[in-house]
Amino acid sequence: MADVTQVKTTINGEEVNLLCEPRQSLLEVLRDVLGMTGTKEGCNDGNCGACTVILDGRIVDSCLVLGVEAEGKNITTIEGMASPEGLHPLQQSFLENASLQCGICTPGFLLASKSLLDQEPDADEGRIRHWLAGNLCRCTGYDKIVRAVLQVSKAK
Amino acid sequence: MEPFEFVSPSSIDEAVKILASNGDKVRIMAGGTDMLVQMRAGRRTAPLVVDVKGIPELNNVSYDASKGLTLGAAVPCYKIYQDKSLAATYPGLIDSASLIGGIQIQGRASIGGNICNAAPSGDSIPVVIALGGVCNIAGPNGTRQLPVEEFCTAPGRNALENGELLVSVFIPAPQAKSGATYQRFIPRNEMDIAVVGVGTSVVLDASGQNFVSARIALASVGPTPIFAKAAGDSLAGKAVSEEAIQQASELAMSAATPITDMRGTIRQRTHLVGVFTRRTLNNAIDRARGG
Ligand SMILES: Cc1cc2nc3c(=O)[nH]c(=O)nc-3n(C[C@H](O)[C@H](O)[C@H](O)COP(=O)(O)OP(=O)(O)OC[C@H]3O[C@@H](n4cnc5c(N)ncnc54)[C@H](O)[C@@H]3O)c2cc1C
Ligand code: FES
Ligand code: FES
Repeated sequence: MADVTQVKTTINGEEVNLLCEPRQSLLEVLRDVLGMTGTKEGCNDGNCGACTVILDGRIVDSCLVLGVEAEGKNITTIEGMASPEGLHPLQQSFLENASLQCGICTPGFLLASKSLLDQEPDADEGRIRHWLAGNLCRCTGYDKIVRAVLQVSKAK
Repeated sequence: MEPFEFVSPSSIDEAVKILASNGDKVRIMAGGTDMLVQMRAGRRTAPLVVDVKGIPELNNVSYDASKGLTLGAAVPCYKIYQDKSLAATYPGLIDSASLIGGIQIQGRASIGGNICNAAPSGDSIPVVIALGGVCNIAGPNGTRQLPVEEFCTAPGRNALENGELLVSVFIPAPQAKSGATYQRFIPRNEMDIAVVGVGTSVVLDASGQNFVSARIALASVGPTPIFAKAAGDSLAGKAVSEEAIQQASELAMSAATPITDMRGTIRQRTHLVGVFTRRTLNNAIDRARGG
């Protein structure tokens, strides 16, 4: 085993100190080192978006980020989306619109949608579909996902 | 992935020293969207990874209206297309930056990485060639400049020598009445590899009715991105007309050396070079006229 590196990062608002190998992706670090299994692995090569997290305000595929790159960064994962008061409006809307079946893609879609609406609260359908092109879903046919996001968007 | 050591130098000098003393045992990482995929697949693994994102010059975007744009090699695509003044000045570059991968990939993928990866399909390369882009390279013997069209030497190979890294890409300031465009053909709207890509730039005279000069470059139709010099040169001094554009598109078709693979056949690709040369020229002309 190569040397482990100490990484100090912020995940969902909490400071985290962790040890990882340079070859471990942020996805592996989240799931295997920290036991935060909400972030999913689909393709492990940047195509499916299941592993999407928000890194310093931008969505990235955590399978294409190294854990050591998290040093000093701010990360939001699906575990940070709901609040003690309840689900995030997008989570609620996904439930109401039956926007998930197996659910593997859902954390990635939720974080991608959140980052879109955080930046563009009135994103329209075209914008939503474009923004979510890096997230694949094997089950739903996308329409119910897009409808759920549109319901939360202020676009009318 | 195979184990490796990870370093992130904070200056060009430091990076060059690390690179020069490790030869082919080292790989450079910018956004990692090509490099990590390759390493994980067991291709071109290395015991040392050098993250260049901590080097200020590689993250810098500076525009000088009299000279041009110096775009740090590690600047991710989203920073390029979110910059309103860049978007207005270099719409052709924005075409490329906003179609590489999806939003997640654009959060990391850099133009420098796209060029260094030297894929025939690299979507930023044709338009950067068309815009007259120049690679600023640093190495053990100092710095040197190389036109982008001379940088990619074979699939996945570039002109960098041992110890060298790409620091930035310089793109001259656009002249009056000039415009550039990149478009590609893919079966879906996003997230796919170009079957054919064409980047063009044109400079028109004051009337907007005649070509002063033009540059055309092609993706996915040869072992490297191709600078179709004769095609662009054929337009210089001519009136803007369908015939002139048709003739340039035929010259671009003859510059292409495509192969048949799962994405397309030689015949389809050659045909598409013609179609996309005409489309991008017309779009670049519209942009040059201020449309
Ligand atoms: C899902 C997905 C979709 C994609 N879609 C597209 C697409 O539509 N169009 C497209 O063209 N590409 C696409 N790509 C490929 C990739 O995202 C781009 O080529 C990207 O621009 C690479 O930039 P990077 O910063 O991530 O490079 P990296 O992966 O960090 O580096 C790429 C290569 O360049 C070298 N390198 C990087 N920086 C330097 C430097 N400063 N000096 C010397 N060498 C350097 C690295 O060693 C490596 O060999 C896609 C990739 C994925 C995973
Ligand atoms: S697992 Fe990361 S994009 Fe598919
Ligand atoms: S719900 Fe199964 S992949 Fe999207």
